[in-house]
Amino acid sequence: MAKPRTKQHKPYVGNKKERTTFHLMLLPGMIMLAIFVFVPLIGSVMAFQDYVPARGIFGSKWVGLENFEIIFSFPDSVQVFWNTLIISFGKLIMNAIIPVLFSILLNEIGGKFFKRTFQTIVYLPHFLSWVVLATVVTNMFSLEGPINAMLGVFGIDAVQFLADNQWFRTVIIGTDVWKEFGYNSVIYLAALLAIDPGLYEAASIDGASRFKQIIYITLPALMPTVVLMAALNLGNILNAGFDQVFNLYNPIVYETGDIIDTYVYRIGMVEGQYSIGAAVGLFKSVISFVLILSANSLAKKTTGSSIF
Amino acid sequence: MVQKKTFGSFVAKGIIWIIVIAMTLSCLLPLINMVAISLSSSNAVASNQVGLLPVDFTVTTYQKLLNDSQFWASFWISVKRVILGTAINMFFAITMAYPLSKSKFRFPAREIYIKVIIFAMLFSGGIIPLFMVVSKLNLVDTIWALVLPGAVPVFNVILLINFFKGVPDSLDEAARIDGASTLTILTKVYLPVSLPALATIALFSIVYHWNDYFSGLLYMNKASLYPLQTYIQQLTVDITQITDTEQLKQLATMSNRAFNATKIVVSTIPLLVIYPFLQKYFVSGIVIGAVKE
Repeated sequence: MAKPRTKQHKPYVGNKKERTTFHLMLLPGMIMLAIFVFVPLIGSVMAFQDYVPARGIFGSKWVGLENFEIIFSFPDSVQVFWNTLIISFGKLIMNAIIPVLFSILLNEIGGKFFKRTFQTIVYLPHFLSWVVLATVVTNMFSLEGPINAMLGVFGIDAVQFLADNQWFRTVIIGTDVWKEFGYNSVIYLAALLAIDPGLYEAASIDGASRFKQIIYITLPALMPTVVLMAALNLGNILNAGFDQVFNLYNPIVYETGDIIDTYVYRIGMVEGQYSIGAAVGLFKSVISFVLILSANSLAKKTTGSSIF
Repeated sequence: MVQKKTFGSFVAKGIIWIIVIAMTLSCLLPLINMVAISLSSSNAVASNQVGLLPVDFTVTTYQKLLNDSQFWASFWISVKRVILGTAINMFFAITMAYPLSKSKFRFPAREIYIKVIIFAMLFSGGIIPLFMVVSKLNLVDTIWALVLPGAVPVFNVILLINFFKGVPDSLDEAARIDGASTLTILTKVYLPVSLPALATIALFSIVYHWNDYFSGLLYMNKASLYPLQTYIQQLTVDITQITDTEQLKQLATMSNRAFNATKIVVSTIPLLVIYPFLQKYFVSGIVIGAVKE
């Protein structure tokens, strides 16, 4: 990351005064990180305690790995872990396929005006909060809402989508893809622009149809970006989308929709079992950390690009 | 043969247009439906008559909203939070990104700092220990609880480091030879040429602070202190209390749906106002920030 830009010049080595200024500039930010990231990190040792707020971190009893044993003996937490993985994988796959499809199709549309108008509209949901969109989604999927009305046309019985364990995960994955496909397509549209137009010209002279050109030129050209994005998202596999699930779920669908983050919130913040909540949170953090680092180095190896 | 092929590609073009338009409309129509609901009579809303156009057009919910003091109190809290939070985020992003954009020859300690902030970005202690720190500092029920825990926007810092690295060294060198101090170089040379990047991260901060409901829920004990999104969240999505399908049905048909839709529409207006700027800058933001060699 810190390789000098040009090797031919001797790099400017600065001076002591400048370095002191640099340290002073970084100091306030480092203090904030210390207070709000590193102190809480130390605080998460409560995962190894039977934490009682009145006694604090220093006065509470140490219990070793007992909290973790408790967690893994709960059938609930095992289910929560699976729900998280299923929802995450669904999102990972669909959030790769749909934006790629959309960007390829949009690219086929001539006329800058239409292209830009479509883009303006599909980016919009990304900037709206799940609080707002949860109302919109609840509205769409309600018993007398538009989706059920459409199903009714085909003679299908109305479904209570958000209160049905058969449907809840599908709705979560589908609405997440709906919110983000426009935003996710930005990066693929940029990649499409980078494809050498000469390739298409040569192919069409050889008589390849537009469809064949997409299969043999466009898709292979997008593949490195798809792989990179998927690898990086793999690191986030334990984040199934707290804001979305929290604003859409209800006790009827805990069985299929409860994810690690919502579970931690309910156990820790609502029920006040701080140690258990912190243990689940810490467990998740450690696994995520390992996953993100491996995903990053995987991405670096396969595509040459990475986040850091 | 040639004609057949043209016909085939004509059909293909048509199908592509239909799919793209359908996907685009799927993003737009549900939002239009929300606006239509907010402008319809509560009877029409309760009987699910409202589609894309208001039924029994009325602005009563908007008039009612004007007198809703809690809504405007929360609106004001959100405005204050966006201003304060964005200012704080920008301060930390700039002061941290500038030194870290220098080479390790010029600032050897940068290697350690970078590792620290990447670790801070990737590893969190979770919400429970963080909540305890915030409450130990007596920030609960103050606006500081909404802006200080996320004061250092690590992702934006990295984005800005990458941008500063792209500023030609010769600018820096020229100013240095003229005897400008480090801070002068930052404010007079770097910041003016970095306006697009600064606009991008400022917009990210604005959207984040405007949309975040969770810190309000976590750190505010009194509903009167809720920022707007938390207030709306409590109003509309309080379905965590519901345990049976019957209640869920009732909630869906409650006649204050029109009023809630009005609140949602009004809460979204500030975002729509900055949306043209967002669109202009966020693409460049993604390109600078997401993938780097």
